[in-house]
Amino acid sequence: MTQALDQIFVLTKQWLLGFVPASAQPICSAILSVVPVLIGFPLLFAITTWLERKGLGRLQNRYGPNRTGPYGLFQPIADAIKSLTKEDIVPLTADHTVHFLAPVLLAAASFLGYAVLPIGRNMVLVNMNAGVLYFFAVGSVVELAVFMAGWSSRSKYSLLGAMRAIAQMISYEVPLVLASIVAIMQAGSLSTVAIVDKQAGYTGIWPHWFVFTPWGVVGFALFMIAATAESNRSPFDLPEGESEIIAGYYIEYSGFKFALFFLGEYLGMFATSGMAITLFLGGWSAPFSFLTWIPSYVWFFAKLLALIAGFIWIRGTLPRLRMDQLMSLAWEFILPMALLNMLDAGIWHFMPAGVLRWLVCTAIVAVPCVLLGQGLKRNKKFQVRTYQFAK
Amino acid sequence: MITDASPAAQPELEPLSETSEEQLLEIAMGPQHPSTHGVFRMNVVLDGEHVVRLKPVFGYLHRNHEKIAESETYLGSMPYTDRLDYMCPITNNWAYALAVEKLAGIQVPERAEYLRVIVGELTRLQNHACLIGFLMQDMGSSGTPLMYAFREREKILDLFESLTGARMMCNYMRFGGCRVDMPAGWLEQAQNVVREFPRFLDEYENLLVSNEILMERTQGVGVLSKELAINAGMSGPMARASGVNYDIRKVDKYSIYERFAFRVPLGAHGDVYDRYMIRFLEMRESLKILNEAMRDIPAGPIVDPKMRIRGFRPKPGEAYGRIESPKGELGFYLISNGSLNPYRYRVRPPSLINLTVLEDLCIGQNVADVVAILGSVDIVLGEVDR
Repeated sequence: MTQALDQIFVLTKQWLLGFVPASAQPICSAILSVVPVLIGFPLLFAITTWLERKGLGRLQNRYGPNRTGPYGLFQPIADAIKSLTKEDIVPLTADHTVHFLAPVLLAAASFLGYAVLPIGRNMVLVNMNAGVLYFFAVGSVVELAVFMAGWSSRSKYSLLGAMRAIAQMISYEVPLVLASIVAIMQAGSLSTVAIVDKQAGYTGIWPHWFVFTPWGVVGFALFMIAATAESNRSPFDLPEGESEIIAGYYIEYSGFKFALFFLGEYLGMFATSGMAITLFLGGWSAPFSFLTWIPSYVWFFAKLLALIAGFIWIRGTLPRLRMDQLMSLAWEFILPMALLNMLDAGIWHFMPAGVLRWLVCTAIVAVPCVLLGQGLKRNKKFQVRTYQFAK
Repeated sequence: MITDASPAAQPELEPLSETSEEQLLEIAMGPQHPSTHGVFRMNVVLDGEHVVRLKPVFGYLHRNHEKIAESETYLGSMPYTDRLDYMCPITNNWAYALAVEKLAGIQVPERAEYLRVIVGELTRLQNHACLIGFLMQDMGSSGTPLMYAFREREKILDLFESLTGARMMCNYMRFGGCRVDMPAGWLEQAQNVVREFPRFLDEYENLLVSNEILMERTQGVGVLSKELAINAGMSGPMARASGVNYDIRKVDKYSIYERFAFRVPLGAHGDVYDRYMIRFLEMRESLKILNEAMRDIPAGPIVDPKMRIRGFRPKPGEAYGRIESPKGELGFYLISNGSLNPYRYRVRPPSLINLTVLEDLCIGQNVADVVAILGSVDIVLGEVDR
């Protein structure tokens, strides 16, 4: 029963495939795999927008949407109708073709990454042997789309936004990839399925997730920071810094094209979060051995929603960084730490298991992390000041 | 004059500098921009992300306030003053009332002075709280601190509503006193608000003051030197953050401010962080004044009984009344020729004068800093443009 529930989507697909002739089976199989992803993740996007507005509202001491349906649950539908019925305005001087293609490309590129994400046991669209590499490769197409949007709009604000976005995304792509290398090193494979399989199994009730190792937790933290920047979320939302350059690269978009940007951005966030789950949080495996009866895809989406909740929390809490500070964080802190973390993962691999391995590997990442942080902080000369009063 | 035009004498072409004019980008921040606090435009010339030149353009909200006031009766201008700095209408009323009282030589009864101090300091509290909220909003903290500040502002606006009948356009002062006395229970309500306010300040301080991103974004940004602050005529928290000891409540001792024990905080660096912290400290000092004033308020009339509302004609002469409004020195200059309306009416708006140094503060900074610096100057366009 548990097995059946866990594999229900896989079994349903095989059952449906039995109805089509053998020659049509490959194409039907692909369609049956892709369509749920194309429907499921936009649906998750709708839920997330509601969750985000509600969560931010609560953080900000207000209600959030509560007029449309119970608890404002139909708000995404209302938003969708609004954006679909809005006039689509294209600036007169804009490059119309590129202006049209940019949001389409962004949404399309955001979907491509899902091909290698294992959503549940046996539930991965393509088990590619270079899955992680493919994921980051298609992820960088987003940058092209962003620049197309910024350039074709012929607006100074969108150009500034695109410049910022390109600088930021390229800078953070490096630590993003470097932070993920530790998991690849440990699994010995670029295949996402192999990485998840490597994290299977339990010691007592505790799982063997990579995040429960010294290099894993550092790698996860670095990956999430870089992922926040990569998906333009607060506090790294400079490309669209609402109070500075208003909406950045998509300032000249309206109606459904704007919605596509929004969709693409959230899909990118889900995809990188999904990759973080795959690399460090054991993919679809249950957090405790006694919870394995819950279907694997439930765990994947539970972890995804937990990470999204983290994103929302951060967005409601922190002010935005400045461009130079963003860059210095990437190059002066995250990049050295990611390189050091790779060394740490190597040492972990070759040392015999035991308490000593834990101590050595923790020291290798923790001490430089503290020292580097302190040093950078001292360089910048910040202080909580005390003030004098006039006589 | 014709110069030697032989080819050999021609100067060599200058090597292309890194910041030749072609690489500069001029953008108009505003008038429709979320962070200009109204309809205000900054023509910013950027080199990459750095500001090379900045030209503030204002006047979008000009509505001829000063000229209209010259054809109004003296009291007729009182509601218009609400619309100058619409965040703190009561202090505008106060400055105008003070100028007319000087002009006509009117005495204000004791109770009215206390009422003025109470509502004036409450105005300062809500203005400073909102300013800090807006500043954080400009730095991109998606509204959370602003909503916290607005929660506190609501309480103070509720007090204004039950006292004056309006939340923002209070129209509360009269020449020689105040329009209405406080309703029953108002003082207790106000005391409650004042008693709970430090909790909000503590919460805010815990959340923000030692926040690393905030320190990184504000310390050393938009530095205003003490000399420039004095020479440019800065006033209010702007000047005090640069270390200029200039608080009109202390300098003029207008109204009854010499009776209260409060201190004037001074900044040492003059950057955005100082301007922001000075306002924090000022709120704490305002609370002290409020506590004392609410404790000591005497009974009595709230307006000078000899004051005539109809046919109010001050004797010919001129007067300049100024107060320490939350934004700085707010002054009204009036010339009377003995008729029903002022011969000349002029406002000295703190926002406009404080805005004049904007270019000096912004040059060399990033675009993101411009927004934070503008937020720290604390402008209200209703007052800048009049």
